[in-house]
Amino acid sequence: MSEINLPAAAEPVDSIGLKALGVAAAIAVLLAAPFLASEYWINAIIVPFLILSLAGLGLNLLTGYAGQLSLGAGAFMMVGAYATFSLQLRVPDLPLPLALIVAGLIAGAVGLFFGIPSTRIKGFYLIVSTLAAQFFFEWLFLKFPWFYNGNSSATIALSRGLSFFGLDANGPHGRYYLTLGIVALLTLFSFNLIRGQTGRNWMAIRDMDTAAAVIGVPVFRAKLQAFAVSSFILGIAGALWAFAYLGSASVQSFGLTRSYQILFIIIIGGLGTIRGAYFGAAFVSLLPLALDWLFQHVFSGHVDAGLLQNIQKAIFGLLIIWFLIKEPEGLARLLGLRRAQGTRRRLFPS
Amino acid sequence: MNMFLETLIGGLLAGTMYSLVAIGFVLIYKASGVFNYAQGSLLLFGALTFVTLTDQGVPALGAIALTIALLILTAIAIEKLLLRPLTNRSPMTLFMATLGLSYVVEGVAQGIMGSQVRALNLGIDDLPIFLGDIMISQFDLIAAAVALAIVVVLSLLFNRTRIGIQLRGVADDTRAALSLGIDINRIWQIVWAVAGLVGLVAGLLWGARQGVQFSLSLVVLKALPVLIIGGFTSIPGAIVGGLIVGAGESLAETYIGPYLGGGITPWFAYVLALVFLFIRPAGLFGERQIERV
Repeated sequence: MSEINLPAAAEPVDSIGLKALGVAAAIAVLLAAPFLASEYWINAIIVPFLILSLAGLGLNLLTGYAGQLSLGAGAFMMVGAYATFSLQLRVPDLPLPLALIVAGLIAGAVGLFFGIPSTRIKGFYLIVSTLAAQFFFEWLFLKFPWFYNGNSSATIALSRGLSFFGLDANGPHGRYYLTLGIVALLTLFSFNLIRGQTGRNWMAIRDMDTAAAVIGVPVFRAKLQAFAVSSFILGIAGALWAFAYLGSASVQSFGLTRSYQILFIIIIGGLGTIRGAYFGAAFVSLLPLALDWLFQHVFSGHVDAGLLQNIQKAIFGLLIIWFLIKEPEGLARLLGLRRAQGTRRRLFPS
Repeated sequence: MNMFLETLIGGLLAGTMYSLVAIGFVLIYKASGVFNYAQGSLLLFGALTFVTLTDQGVPALGAIALTIALLILTAIAIEKLLLRPLTNRSPMTLFMATLGLSYVVEGVAQGIMGSQVRALNLGIDDLPIFLGDIMISQFDLIAAAVALAIVVVLSLLFNRTRIGIQLRGVADDTRAALSLGIDINRIWQIVWAVAGLVGLVAGLLWGARQGVQFSLSLVVLKALPVLIIGGFTSIPGAIVGGLIVGAGESLAETYIGPYLGGGITPWFAYVLALVFLFIRPAGLFGERQIERV
């Protein structure tokens, strides 16, 4: 990954007043969003967009920052979702937010385990480890009824819904605020993490792990940290995907296609940027809608669903190739042109 | 004992089918350093084109010729539109580009030729042959023979022809090959075309087995552990890896599977590959890279 030289510099801090104003405005819009958008938009577009952003964020820490390619994002989401289900079912006293955190920790531990090979195996050989996780958990959660409580359809759903501390988050607004809250917290957490020693270590390993080891970065520990933190976030994203968006989920909800989708989100959005996950997720969520709309208006419904799906797939693939050729650093770079090379503002005037 | 031998031989023969898919990967990886995830899609594309043409009434030989021509054109298009603009990018970027490519190939192939399951009859009867008490599938035997023939043809191509020697030169040291005046773009086109042809053979054999449909492109996921075990850069490695995975899978399903509730084949090969990697991080025959700061 040595060619991806992403700026490690912190955000510039000039014009603080303007920035604060912008942040306040953004927060106001985010809080007011449910009252501005229709219920359909919240349920079918905004909530999944937020969850996909979170998943992208999780994978980006591992792949974009620490440089460890993973094709198993879906597996760790799956672990998070099934762990939340089990906790809510078998430990009914545990309130939902705590259950989510514990589920995230379980996913993190699983991620840590599948990250152990990364200390010996590098590059492409490593995708075997994450793919092993993907296929193993697909098999595990389908094979043993204990994991889905013997349900005849092999799906999982929270029997008590999304209620905690006397709050009811089952409606569209509740789901939105629950998701938004978690996404905001974890984004803040990731921001702080990557700007500290941990993040610097990850980036050093991404850029060249041998060199990182030479200058004294604890490569072994940092790689495992990356796997654990990434899986923690992915696990929580998985639980949200299952219960705040889908309502009831199965193994298929977190198949290989999901893993690729998350990977595409961070490629399109921008590897090694926090906001890239959001841009990528917005792109991935909105593109099918835009194509649907386009085909409906241009061909007024003469294209059948199967063909449409294939056309979407091909266009999606073309866009990925196009992005990689034209803008390898993704939408984050494209939309953040003021940080173009050479004109980057500095923290201290010199 | 008979059951053990039968499982083992069946597994080994099935393994050659994995090898066939893996060889396509190795060819491309050796010549252009690209980990070509789209190999499975190309395999599907080849088999689907052949089936569609024969369904339209084109005689088998004509259909093969047309499919080969199409695969060569595809290889040239891939080189011009994907590899050339991405020259000198990191291997990871190229890998992700081939992921995109697999979406394009699958979308276009299925969009034009439909996504329903198509039966493919190669005229090989799947009758069991008995060797003493041991039952062997005739189809698997022929598939293994085809894989062997391909390996022989490829090694002749690499060792006896001018193009093959150029190709090895590029694989060995791209920069030196360039300075000797080897047209690297043409070599890439040839390699991708050859990989496409190997993919076509694999696609036809697999297609005859399980029908030509989308899931055919997922044999990539079967070939991956094979590659990992054998190493990305070695054709003998792909063969040996295929045999190990094939035999390991069928023995595990028969002897370990029952204790775990069965159905362990999808992940067993990956765990096997991980075990091998812990012992040899670059695969059995892979080149170990020396890292310098």
